[in-house]
Amino acid sequence: MSEPTLAVPVMLSLTPRARAWRRFRRNTPAVVSLGFLCALVLLVLVWPLLTPYGVNAITDAQFLPPSGQHWFGTDVHGRDLLTRVVYGARVSLLVGAVGAGVAFVIGVTWGAVSGYLGGRVDAAMMRIVDVLYSLPSIIFVIVLLTTVAKVLAAAMGPNAGPLAQLLLLFGGLGAISWLTMARIVRGQVLSLRHRAFVDASRVLGAHEARILWRHILPNVWGIVIVYLTLTVPSVILYESFLSYLGLGIQQPLASWGSLVADGAAQINPIQIYWWLVVFPATTLVVTLLALNFVGDGLRDALDPRGEK
Amino acid sequence: MFFLKRLLFLFPLLLVISFITFGLIRIAPGGPFDSNRVPATPEIERAIRAKYRLDKPLLVQYGYYLADLARGDLGVSTKYRNHTVNDIIGQAFPVSLTLGGLAFCFALGFGIPWGVLLAIRRGQWVDHALGLLSLIGVCLPGFVLGPLLVLTLAVRLEWFPVALWETPLHFVLPTVTLGALFAGKVARLVRESMTTTLQSEFIVAARAKGLSESAILIKHALRLALLPVVSFAAPMLADLLTGSFVVESIFQIPGLGGFFVNSSLNRDYPLLSGLVLLYAALLLLLNLAADVTLALLDRRVRYE
Repeated sequence: MSEPTLAVPVMLSLTPRARAWRRFRRNTPAVVSLGFLCALVLLVLVWPLLTPYGVNAITDAQFLPPSGQHWFGTDVHGRDLLTRVVYGARVSLLVGAVGAGVAFVIGVTWGAVSGYLGGRVDAAMMRIVDVLYSLPSIIFVIVLLTTVAKVLAAAMGPNAGPLAQLLLLFGGLGAISWLTMARIVRGQVLSLRHRAFVDASRVLGAHEARILWRHILPNVWGIVIVYLTLTVPSVILYESFLSYLGLGIQQPLASWGSLVADGAAQINPIQIYWWLVVFPATTLVVTLLALNFVGDGLRDALDPRGEK
Repeated sequence: MFFLKRLLFLFPLLLVISFITFGLIRIAPGGPFDSNRVPATPEIERAIRAKYRLDKPLLVQYGYYLADLARGDLGVSTKYRNHTVNDIIGQAFPVSLTLGGLAFCFALGFGIPWGVLLAIRRGQWVDHALGLLSLIGVCLPGFVLGPLLVLTLAVRLEWFPVALWETPLHFVLPTVTLGALFAGKVARLVRESMTTTLQSEFIVAARAKGLSESAILIKHALRLALLPVVSFAAPMLADLLTGSFVVESIFQIPGLGGFFVNSSLNRDYPLLSGLVLLYAALLLLLNLAADVTLALLDRRVRYE
């Protein structure tokens, strides 16, 4: 008896990761968006060399509409808005990345373990999430930024005060960002763990960690990626809320959230400085759009049900 | 049985939350009667502190707090000194409950059909156009959307009142401002989970049986596709029902959100503790309700 020949031997021998990468490369919007995000990061890094305007160069040219000289116009202090937006990307991209990173690492692990083990472990782990979610976040951030920041600044040496505050702000936002992710992943895993393919794998003798990692989690990546792309704007906007209360970053530092908030403060029925809101907000939307295309591409690439 | 146990477990959990909150707000520097907040002679300050028992050791203070709590008394606000916390919550909570409930209905009422539409048109121009709109919704904070709506629909077109909280017509703009962001998020979540569900074998089987597309979507696919929305919606509803600082300050609405922020900033210990307890109780109940809903939507979900 001869071995039946496989129709597409090369494709079947691909590992899931290689197949995912092949699928991702074929997704043009995703690849273009990834390129855009990389270019944005690069632009943020080299911008000070390209622009004639200082970030905090206060001039008399207040509220200039967009023009050839000031592409995004100028703000209340006559500063070039394009330069402010690029400068603000530092804090916003970092805050978004930290929030998404924490949500991914802690949130997914916590939710997956809780949902998979179920029973008492699930009850205990989810009640911890509930308790953390209930605590007043403003007080939490105040305690971080005052009490803990002093200790941290002392440990990091002189002049480290602002840096320690920024680090703790990132830490505090990260600490809040993973809770809902854990709940969502846990809900999905609860539904997945009793399906036939999981039982099949268990009957075949796979150990728990393998079942969770190879069989259950691949079915969760889609919703994880989507919620991560939602976490990024939430964290960026929550940072601006804290800044508005005087707890986040302060002038002359800028972030997209704080720029939008400054612009929104100028909205009035008499004179509309539309560029103050439109440009920072559009930058945020475009970045998020790119992130979403990358997310969609990743989702399709990692989809265990997708075509081979 | 499981849910009865969870319900009973609520009380020790609230105790833990109140204790951590109690500790946390006292670690935060500053107090409710600092001289820069309330200028007073040292004698007066001492008398006020004694009245609020702030001169006692922390654990004794917590003991008194629990004793009051057992009688249903949340104490007297240190900032609004003629008002008990019970009064403040009693006045502001119904407002936030209405606004939050409306915003929740708006978010789900728009978000779910929107997400389903995006999923069945995935990759087509409807998905791109309406998908972009949902992303804009996710990125548009209340402090931008609110003033924009007021400026266009209230000031220019005069369709809606600019602010305040009186007739149902007053409810429209705050509801949209508060709910739009969540509607966008719900739409994104539903789009993803619906896409995944529509690839399942049982949907193929339902199609093969010759069921109509709408029956497949609503009866079969939506049930499973709603699981992540349920997990997401429970904490979201707890947030919405306890008020929004931004929306309340834009529309001058006497809700709870402002008290949350101000009591934190004023170190109004009794008011903040009371609000956190209310929020925590709501959150725990809603998460319990979410777990019940998960099990109802998908019978394979087991908690034992």
